Amino acid sequence: MKLNLILGAAISTLVVALALLSYVWTPGDHTTIDIANRMKPPGASGLLGTDHFGRDMVTMIMVGARTSIAVAIVAVGIGMGLGVPLGLAAAARRGGVLDEVIMRGNDLIFAFPSLVIAILITALLGPGAVNAIIAIGIFNIPVFARIARGAALPLWQREFILAARVAGKSRLRISAEHILPNIANLLVVQGTIQFSLAILAEAGLSYVGLGAQPPLPSWGRMLADAQTLVAVAPHLALVPGLAIVMTVLGLNLLGDGLRDRLDPRLQRVRT
Amino acid sequence: MWLYLLRRVVSLVVSLLVASAVIFAVIEVAPGDPASFMLGMNAQPDTIAALRAELGLDQPTVQRYLSWVGGMVQGDFGTSYTYRTPVSQMVLDRLWVSLPLAIYALLLTLIVAIPAGVFAAARRGRAGDVAVMGATQLGVAIPNFWFAMILVLIFAINLRWFGAGGFAGWENGFSPALKSLTLPAIALALPQAAILARVMRSSLIETLNEDYMRTARAKGLTRAQTLWSHGLRNALIPVLTIMGLQFAFLLAGAIIIEQVFFLPGLGRLVFQAISARDLIVVESVVMLLVFAVIMVNFLVDLAYALVDPRLRRPG
Repeated sequence: MKLNLILGAAISTLVVALALLSYVWTPGDHTTIDIANRMKPPGASGLLGTDHFGRDMVTMIMVGARTSIAVAIVAVGIGMGLGVPLGLAAAARRGGVLDEVIMRGNDLIFAFPSLVIAILITALLGPGAVNAIIAIGIFNIPVFARIARGAALPLWQREFILAARVAGKSRLRISAEHILPNIANLLVVQGTIQFSLAILAEAGLSYVGLGAQPPLPSWGRMLADAQTLVAVAPHLALVPGLAIVMTVLGLNLLGDGLRDRLDPRLQRVRT
Repeated sequence: MWLYLLRRVVSLVVSLLVASAVIFAVIEVAPGDPASFMLGMNAQPDTIAALRAELGLDQPTVQRYLSWVGGMVQGDFGTSYTYRTPVSQMVLDRLWVSLPLAIYALLLTLIVAIPAGVFAAARRGRAGDVAVMGATQLGVAIPNFWFAMILVLIFAINLRWFGAGGFAGWENGFSPALKSLTLPAIALALPQAAILARVMRSSLIETLNEDYMRTARAKGLTRAQTLWSHGLRNALIPVLTIMGLQFAFLLAGAIIIEQVFFLPGLGRLVFQAISARDLIVVESVVMLLVFAVIMVNFLVDLAYALVDPRLRRPG
């Protein structure tokens, strides 16, 4: 399905573009309170109305996108940066002590209720974007370790790896020079999926007040602020919610589209 | 089989021990002393020291860890710093909300996901499949707490079919209690149903491509017969794994939904305990949740080994 890829790429690009644009231009100012102009419905003041402090909703969504994307990028980066080397190391010495320790450790992290631990970490270290990143990032490590190991294992049986070993390359060099480029596709696809999960997680954490702190807008906290006002001004809840849904949907479609395109095994099955 | 069982039990015990050590260590290094937190900013140092001694916080770390684990094995989860009641009692009270909520949500998930997945797999590539897959894409993209707010807006505020939050309590009758869990269960079930429907679909499609399915068709069974009697049974294995994980998730992961609906469940207990630095409650409840997840996985693995002897080999 090519449609997935096009639609996903278009939505993701749009969200990133809006976030980047917010650095140079926004329709309003997200730090100025204008009580006289509060809770205006969409169209009456600005394209999407104003919030309970009279701030322009388009501006809030644009700056909020910045927070979501920044948290997600760094959290997925932590997961990839630590998880992939661990997975590659485990695959390089299959069945070894390191492999066993890494995989059992991964099983363990999977067993922890991620949301509870994320809340625990952010609550104990103090709420804020950086601690939210750490909390989300930790749970990305085993995901990437597992993907990297699983994809690397069959490669170690292939002739070109055997050739590299005969040529005298160390396991480390083979992992970096031959295994990694061959599993990069898979990692990119998983990265897209984890990215969307990180955006959902960030929204959840800031919804309970443990994500980015005011005055920095975040979609999750916009929803939390809207909760008591939802009957009076439904757009306060609808707008940030739809922003999250659209972003996550776009990233998931992009991930699916990329997987269909990059994974030749699936192309055979699909017919 | 016995050797397999022994291996699994040993790894189960090791997992639990490591998990308990990790949880204890995280709480240990966390900033914020419960005693000074409880007494406020103006407390005298000797009052704090007295309270620390009373709570057992002045003991060496290793000894506190051992007495915590030893207590839990005997069903003693310690005493809450703030409420001064046994943690086990608090957990039991909350479990009467969290457990029914998780079961309710899982039932809703199954009712939607299994038929949807089978429907999509049977019509692979056609309009019905595309529609179901599109709906699941949307389902996984919707944050459940936002979905909960929308449900409240529609069914509680506008239509007034349900209350907007709170729990009626089982002592006031079954149906009011169930009613107050309905919107939260729907909100929890939506993303889970979307995930499970996708797993069901892909697992069934894989099974339908197997040789024995062709054999069954060649024997003269109709498409529907092969699908229901051969296909579905074999396709349910991965579905069961995901279901097990989902149940454990629903038990622990309702934390935000409980917050939206003001439900007195386990998640809210952890949340409140974290904010009050009631660390013994946090420790014990998180450990219980991890225990639940590890046990569910263990039982699912065991069930497989009983059904499928190939899985008993170490791999």
